[in-house]
Amino acid sequence: MKKDKRIRIITGHYGSGKTEFAVNYTFKLAREGYKTAIVDLDIVNPYFRSRQMEPEFQEMGIKVISSSVKGLSGDLPALSPEINTVLEDKSFETVIDVGGDKVGATALGRYHDKLDKEEYDMFFVLNANRPLTADKDSAIRYLRSIEQGSRQKITALVNNTHLCGETRVEDIIKGQELCLQVAEELGLPLKYTVVYKGLIDQLPDNISGEIFPIDIFMKKPWEME
Amino acid sequence: MAKELWKGNEAIAEAAIKAGCRFFFGYPITPQNEIPEYMSLRLPQVGGCFLQAESEVAAINMVYGAAGAGARVMTSSSSPGISLKQEGITYIAGAELPCVIVNIVRGGPGLGGIQPAQSDYFQATKGGGHGDYHLVVLAPDSIQEAVNLVQEAFDIADQYRNPVMILGDGMIGQMMEPVEFTEVKRRQLPEKTWATTGLRGRKEHNIINSLFIDPAACEQHNLKIFEKYAQIEKNEIKVEEYNLEGAEIVFAAYGTVARIVKNAIKALEKDGIKAGLIRPITLWPFPKANFLKAAEMPSVKAFLSVEMSMGQMVEDVELSVKGKKPVYFYGRTGGMVPTPKAIVEEAKKILGGAK
Repeated sequence: MKKDKRIRIITGHYGSGKTEFAVNYTFKLAREGYKTAIVDLDIVNPYFRSRQMEPEFQEMGIKVISSSVKGLSGDLPALSPEINTVLEDKSFETVIDVGGDKVGATALGRYHDKLDKEEYDMFFVLNANRPLTADKDSAIRYLRSIEQGSRQKITALVNNTHLCGETRVEDIIKGQELCLQVAEELGLPLKYTVVYKGLIDQLPDNISGEIFPIDIFMKKPWEME
Repeated sequence: MAKELWKGNEAIAEAAIKAGCRFFFGYPITPQNEIPEYMSLRLPQVGGCFLQAESEVAAINMVYGAAGAGARVMTSSSSPGISLKQEGITYIAGAELPCVIVNIVRGGPGLGGIQPAQSDYFQATKGGGHGDYHLVVLAPDSIQEAVNLVQEAFDIADQYRNPVMILGDGMIGQMMEPVEFTEVKRRQLPEKTWATTGLRGRKEHNIINSLFIDPAACEQHNLKIFEKYAQIEKNEIKVEEYNLEGAEIVFAAYGTVARIVKNAIKALEKDGIKAGLIRPITLWPFPKANFLKAAEMPSVKAFLSVEMSMGQMVEDVELSVKGKKPVYFYGRTGGMVPTPKAIVEEAKKILGGAK
């Protein structure tokens, strides 16, 4: 994680679990003592967005930047000028959570000239259980459309193959096979394999990439107290 | 087939395609946009037609046309857009045409907000448009159930020549859940001899219409439609009963709220309070008999309707219970979602008062 570049752009199809990954990644940076910021650039998804975690982020001293319009639940595509601060201020370790399709990724395209290749990693989070990215060709098509929308190149893959509360180790292995196919075709590394903490003990030895244990923060109302 | 992870809106769209829906007319509105988006991708692949109309009013009238021509057709929208469609919906019901209408409900009134709500219950079950008519209203509590109900909805619509509404709160549209597309049992359906598909050797034109100038004829038409509704009330009620045996308090809840209530029931159990749930899956026809039967159980002290509205279904619960037991209401609205904790507190308050 320390080897990742200062700005981590997290992309993927909605349902890939990119927000869950982004939220966990952000907490991890902060826990390790970095001056951390999270930018919620998701302007296409109206529910289950990282900005919902604002109180928890703030408690950890994490800077949260989302819409410039106050309130959690609007669907106004209004980006905050503060985003420039964390892109330019090199003292921030920054995570950017990008909307889950080509249109969502367009918001990132706006920062094309602000992003220095040497300074960012752009992850594509892949879930082999999502029907629209379930095979190599459709996953690559989706990845390309996000690159097109955002005008940036993906630099690494993240395997986050899950079925919400019903995820089994077999799902993770299935996702790994898909990710490795995509990685080979595109010449990209498989950087992380995301695993819910409760499943870590059951993992086999042949996991590719760094294992990234996560807690579940994006809960449905009946999963809360 | 193995389980896949689907977003509710996409799954609803795919289920429609699996049910043979080949025409979709709609107009964007949050939180249901993935339905038209998915249809625009998938319908051309299966030889169907997706069209984004210039407005909701245009879209529902395109549905009217396609249904009249005998096609399997769907439209979807969210609350304000469904209000716009009401004129077309009553015409479709009046002309006795089958179609499926999806409402992924958001907070209202007016433009309201984009977070989940159930405040379109009255509109869906009591008319919405003018005149004496009903929609069959199906309210799934999970994406799996939505997928199954959408497929059955097309058969119900064809069997009775009546529009069917899928009523899902925003959460049903936006959340992700594991889904398995299994073979859904298809009904034996009558041939659409009434459809306007050309004369084909017949001498008489088929005419699709809802205009009856002669009041006696108009009344006759209403009576005929209501004979159909009596059949629907007899044959089509769907309901889930949960933990009713020995229950002191019986919750009424539909859609995703029922899942929150189930958590509350488990929490109450830990505190030694026995609670049950009646979850209407068809909101019209309403499972009145289930509520009446529960009202006659000696253990039951009260009913509590939990809704994401200011209290709409509670009126049907009251009518069903016929004054045999007290009926209470708890709700959040405008896009706010009730918590299990608040439901537990409400139940305890009621039982404390009832003792």
